[in-house]
Amino acid sequence: MNKQVAIELKGISKHFGSIQANRNVDLTVYRGEILSILGENGSGKTTLMNMIAGIYYPDAGEIFIDGKPVAIQSPKDAFDHKIGMIHQHFKLIDVFNATENIVLGIEDGGKYNLAKAEEAVREITEKYGFEINPQKKIYDMAVSEKQTVEILKVLYRGADILILDEPTAVLTPQEIKKLFNVLRAMRADGKSIIIITHKLNEVMEISDRVAVLRKGEHIGTVETKDTTEQQLTEMMVGRKIVLNIDRTQVENPADRLLVVDLNCTNQEGAKVLDHISFTARSGEILGIAGIAGSGQRELLEAIAGLQPLDSGEIVFIRPKKNLPVSFYHKTLKEVKHLAAEGKFHYEDGTPVDLSGKKNGEIKKLVNDGKILFNEDEVMSLRDKTPLQIRELGVRLSFVPEDRLGMGLVGNMDLIDNMMLRSYRKGNSILVNRKPPETLADQIVKSLEVVTPDLHTPVRKLSGGNVQKVLVGREISSAPKVLMAAYPVRGLDINSSYLIYNLLNKQKEDGTAVIFVGEDLDVLLGLCDRILVLCGGKVSGVVDARSATKEEIGLLMTKSKQTTEQEVSAHE
Amino acid sequence: MGTFAAFFSRAIMQGTPLLFGAVGEIITEKSGNLNLGIPGIMYIGAISGVIGAFFYEQSDYYIPAIGVVIALLSCLLGSLLASLIYCFLTITLRANQNVTGLALTTFGVGFGNFFGGSLIKVTKSEVPYLSLAETGSAFSATTPLAGLGWFGKMFFSYGFMVYLAILLAVLASIFLNRTRAGLHLRAVGENPATADAAGINVTKHKYFATCAGGMIAGLGGLYFVMDYMGGIWANDGFGDRGWLAIAIVIFALWKPVLAIPASYLFGALYILFNYLSLPMSMIPIFQMLPYVVTILALLITSIRNNREKQPPAALGLSYFREDR
Repeated sequence: MNKQVAIELKGISKHFGSIQANRNVDLTVYRGEILSILGENGSGKTTLMNMIAGIYYPDAGEIFIDGKPVAIQSPKDAFDHKIGMIHQHFKLIDVFNATENIVLGIEDGGKYNLAKAEEAVREITEKYGFEINPQKKIYDMAVSEKQTVEILKVLYRGADILILDEPTAVLTPQEIKKLFNVLRAMRADGKSIIIITHKLNEVMEISDRVAVLRKGEHIGTVETKDTTEQQLTEMMVGRKIVLNIDRTQVENPADRLLVVDLNCTNQEGAKVLDHISFTARSGEILGIAGIAGSGQRELLEAIAGLQPLDSGEIVFIRPKKNLPVSFYHKTLKEVKHLAAEGKFHYEDGTPVDLSGKKNGEIKKLVNDGKILFNEDEVMSLRDKTPLQIRELGVRLSFVPEDRLGMGLVGNMDLIDNMMLRSYRKGNSILVNRKPPETLADQIVKSLEVVTPDLHTPVRKLSGGNVQKVLVGREISSAPKVLMAAYPVRGLDINSSYLIYNLLNKQKEDGTAVIFVGEDLDVLLGLCDRILVLCGGKVSGVVDARSATKEEIGLLMTKSKQTTEQEVSAHE
Repeated sequence: MGTFAAFFSRAIMQGTPLLFGAVGEIITEKSGNLNLGIPGIMYIGAISGVIGAFFYEQSDYYIPAIGVVIALLSCLLGSLLASLIYCFLTITLRANQNVTGLALTTFGVGFGNFFGGSLIKVTKSEVPYLSLAETGSAFSATTPLAGLGWFGKMFFSYGFMVYLAILLAVLASIFLNRTRAGLHLRAVGENPATADAAGINVTKHKYFATCAGGMIAGLGGLYFVMDYMGGIWANDGFGDRGWLAIAIVIFALWKPVLAIPASYLFGALYILFNYLSLPMSMIPIFQMLPYVVTILALLITSIRNNREKQPPAALGLSYFREDR
């Protein structure tokens, strides 16, 4: 193949404060190829691409386009050199329609004519096979449509070099397939496409060459056909890592959480949870699979007390058998009441009778840990506040698309974010900052969070690091039930395995883990049982040790097909 | 009919300074700048025009048309300088917009009163106001059409600035919705990072919109002194009209054309108590009406939560490209 260089980087370096984001990077991109930029979180992939797109300016080094050195000082300069970047966080104006967003920023001196622009947009969509309505407002669009608008935006400007920052992170498998077809059509048209990603299977599927970055440095570029996933992983991480998830046997499972016939309607009046029932057991990881938006979020929020329910019951079985009662969860009155019902015994096995005892005596007995429960406590979570549910040890480490939206406060530093979960502890009116500081330090060390120090506002960390902080904090509180939704979304391989190991550790410690995931390979490798949701219904519960991907995939879409059939039958 | 025509024309005249202020503030806010200094800028615009007109009136050869032009130019210059203070602080230095705006309003009122008071001293006037009768009458000159009975009274009995305000509102609407520059300006106010990534110069657009908006608002102050008051400056005479203009921006859902009826409605509500035979104690309740209407408008738009009827998404936020 006759290769023509499109863009060449020589000795590019960039630092932010004390963090060196890129060091002495050389990179060449050819015309008519798809190049993957592979690297862990914080390895400087996005920063490097931002320098080509004019968002940042390099501290040192040169960029050559068609052999000539250029200075790309602003996104406008990048457009002038026919470079377009599709950012991970879409840069679109919500209240504008697709066409208005596409023509935004173009000063071609011609007359401002939206109708003509719309026609040009339609031409491009037909040429490469996009599906989009140019008049649709962005706030009405699904994520994949927004991405299409982003790509159209750079194509409309006549870009020859397209940079896509983690384009598949937000797409369903079907949408990814469509995107890849479009990318192949563009490659055939002679365009250079750079994809930032850390999904190895996609790298292998779509790219011609792979450039690997580690800690801001360019480790090497290889031809995709000459390499393997294992080799790429080693280049990325810098050491051998095993791409297998250990799964231990379930030991002494006990029912921990019973969900019985949950029903829930959302604000738009659509039924999002439809007669959901299941049991989560201690020492077991229960996976939840399903197409995005099948009710995963509502289900977890319902258990955490954040989602109003129409009907149903959530029963929490608190492991208290032969353990002492404390005033942490029970008032004196409740202790007396339970004792009168004969729920307690002393260490020697004799039943507790508190009648006739003074309050002071009872308090002393409880505080000394002399009064023990006969059985595990059974309680309904529906009459508890979210705070009470948390206090009982039911933890939700929800990691939605917007990582900072739930769980962390962007402008606060790591220590303060740890304190969000502990500020109620202690009796002094001043909070004790020492324990959260220790905890933050532990998390940074054990999860390898890349941060200048513990006092950095969380919003300044890269996405993956933010996620590690969030998951680390939730796991640190020794929960009884741990719910993790998409805890590895956006994380690189190394960090993902760290999180899997953490979840496994929780399982061994007897926690009931509920893991909502999107990658079926991971679900099958990590979980013990998998509950499949489809359109708010449980379409099946399978044993993860014997189930196949196809089986789960079928369950994920099962009821949808039947409803479609029903609809067509009615017509 | 006579009373209604009188009420109608007073309402239009009351509404006109509000319309200038509201159109100016809408253009400013579309760039993401919440300029609470508008009331102050209207004061500064008014006193600047008064100063220009005052010195020209001292000359021996007074030509009314030139007096009008001088008053307009000095008003625009004064408002521009005041807007530049706001721009430099909030855009270049990224100071807090609310604090800067409120400070500018306090400054503007004081600025107006200081120079207004000084001019009154200079004229050795017996009464606490300054009269620029000649320039004033040039501003409020009407065409013969004003004599057409109640019809003329309602639609043709105003000075040229009343029509200028309507024209500016319509032009602002066309600019924002039908031109490329308007699209870019709205993009800056909705999401400056996106606009920046699209190659739009955010700083330039913010400066332009804030200065143009401030100059339009300043004209409202000038209209009040020269036409509505007939060329008479009194300290604190402009009152709280600047704040009403900002309320109209919300009421008109950031649409300049809607600001036209909204301003006249507010003008009518502002003077309604004069046309009802009310006991003195009831008057403040009626003076409250424009604000009550604004709160109701806010309530209704918030409940309906239509994405098209919300303030610019980045309103009140300063923009710094490398801030992550």
